[in-house]
Amino acid sequence: MRIRGLILITLAVLSAGCSSIEPWVKPYDRENLADPIMAFTRAPISQDFLDHVFESREGSRGATGGGGGGCGCN
Amino acid sequence: MKAHFTRLVLFVITCLAGAAGLVGTATAGVLPEDRADLLYFRYDGGGVEITGPSVLVRKSIGEHFSVAANYYIDMVSSASIDVETTASPYEDERTQGSLSLDFLHGKSTYSVGAVKSDESDYLADTWFANISHDMFGDLTTISFGFKNGQNEVFRNVNIDGVKVNDPNFAEEMESKSYNVSVSQIITKNLVMTGQYEVITDEGFLRSPYRQVRFFIDPFTQDTQSEVYPNTRSSNSASVRAKYFLPYRAAVDAMYRFYTDTWGVIGHTGELGYVHPLANHWIFEGRVRYYAQTNPADFYQDIFPRADYANFMARDKELATYDAVTAGISATYEFKIDRFPWLAKGALNLRYDYMQVNYDDFRDARFSLGIYGVPPDDPLQPGTEPLYKLNANIIQLYISAFF
Repeated sequence: MRIRGLILITLAVLSAGCSSIEPWVKPYDRENLADPIMAFTRAPISQDFLDHVFESREGSRGATGGGGGGCGCN
Repeated sequence: MKAHFTRLVLFVITCLAGAAGLVGTATAGVLPEDRADLLYFRYDGGGVEITGPSVLVRKSIGEHFSVAANYYIDMVSSASIDVETTASPYEDERTQGSLSLDFLHGKSTYSVGAVKSDESDYLADTWFANISHDMFGDLTTISFGFKNGQNEVFRNVNIDGVKVNDPNFAEEMESKSYNVSVSQIITKNLVMTGQYEVITDEGFLRSPYRQVRFFIDPFTQDTQSEVYPNTRSSNSASVRAKYFLPYRAAVDAMYRFYTDTWGVIGHTGELGYVHPLANHWIFEGRVRYYAQTNPADFYQDIFPRADYANFMARDKELATYDAVTAGISATYEFKIDRFPWLAKGALNLRYDYMQVNYDDFRDARFSLGIYGVPPDDPLQPGTEPLYKLNANIIQLYISAFF
């Protein structure tokens, strides 16, 4: 419990202090990341179907959805 | 379970507290691109054939909203090993429709949606909500999601040759999912995502059809219905990375760890490579490996006797096994001068081959026979060869970007 508390406090401090962090990859340096081939899911319709297949054949589930927002390349 | 939930709530609050200080400095985020896709798929393996179309349309409305709609049909023809040993072959159709709305406000995107799935013996209604926020100069995206599913389970029976719902059987199941993810740009060529998801299920969790088998004596067996707990909670955590190679290609990797209150432990790994060629082609290769190293605590291929334990399962997806899936895809991108409103079109073909090797699920057709007809030379129960499953998966789809 003590370790969990320390982790949470550390996260809170880091998060609060991050407004002063300078982005180390500038917007004009993100051309490669913005390339469509860098998308984790290039075709959602195909990935949804495959996820359905894997969920049926594998006992595991969850934590494979999209990252939720991409790379902020634009 | 309470401890898991408390931990998740604390984590969410902590992260939101950090994010809150940045909202005021936000400029603009990005909505998903407008597109339409039409897919035809075919899964053929283990005696099961599933074919169907799926159509997905996504369109932005103004600068702040984007809607997406999906319609999907599964046409199932099943003579799986479970069906062959303890039931009759069947055909069924599942239709699924979904609608979602994204709202972009500054650096934050709020999403809500609903999914409705209907088949003759299973009705599912799901709604979900998600919030994601770009921060640290758009280097980091943090997301939180919640999903709730209400399911009704029925059992089909044949009455006078007509398939109907068993009037004496109707059950319910509820599923909730809590999800948090962080995407991080590491360098100008590398992006990573970490994700953690808790899923809780409560209600009727087994198949109404599947049977377990048990010994009457060392040479004779019989079957009875499965008995499952009515709750299941799972934790899964994954990390993914994608790297842009110097010659315009990309390589990606994923690992997921899974554990649940039934004792199942699973490891998933995936490697992918994307390679554009000339101006029109994109080729992709992908390998996925899944290892289920622990079966469910109440899983056995054959139980020592009838009513052996409080809970008994013989679902092969709760056994110990590993699976390899290898796939290749080709995309041809094009433009049509006569349609200036079409930014880009793409034709896609994808093929995957899946092989599953079970360590403690035996091919009971060698002893029970098929559809009640025993084999000519039946094997002693528990000595049958281990079951293997091979599947071919084909997808053909066309995409239009506006």
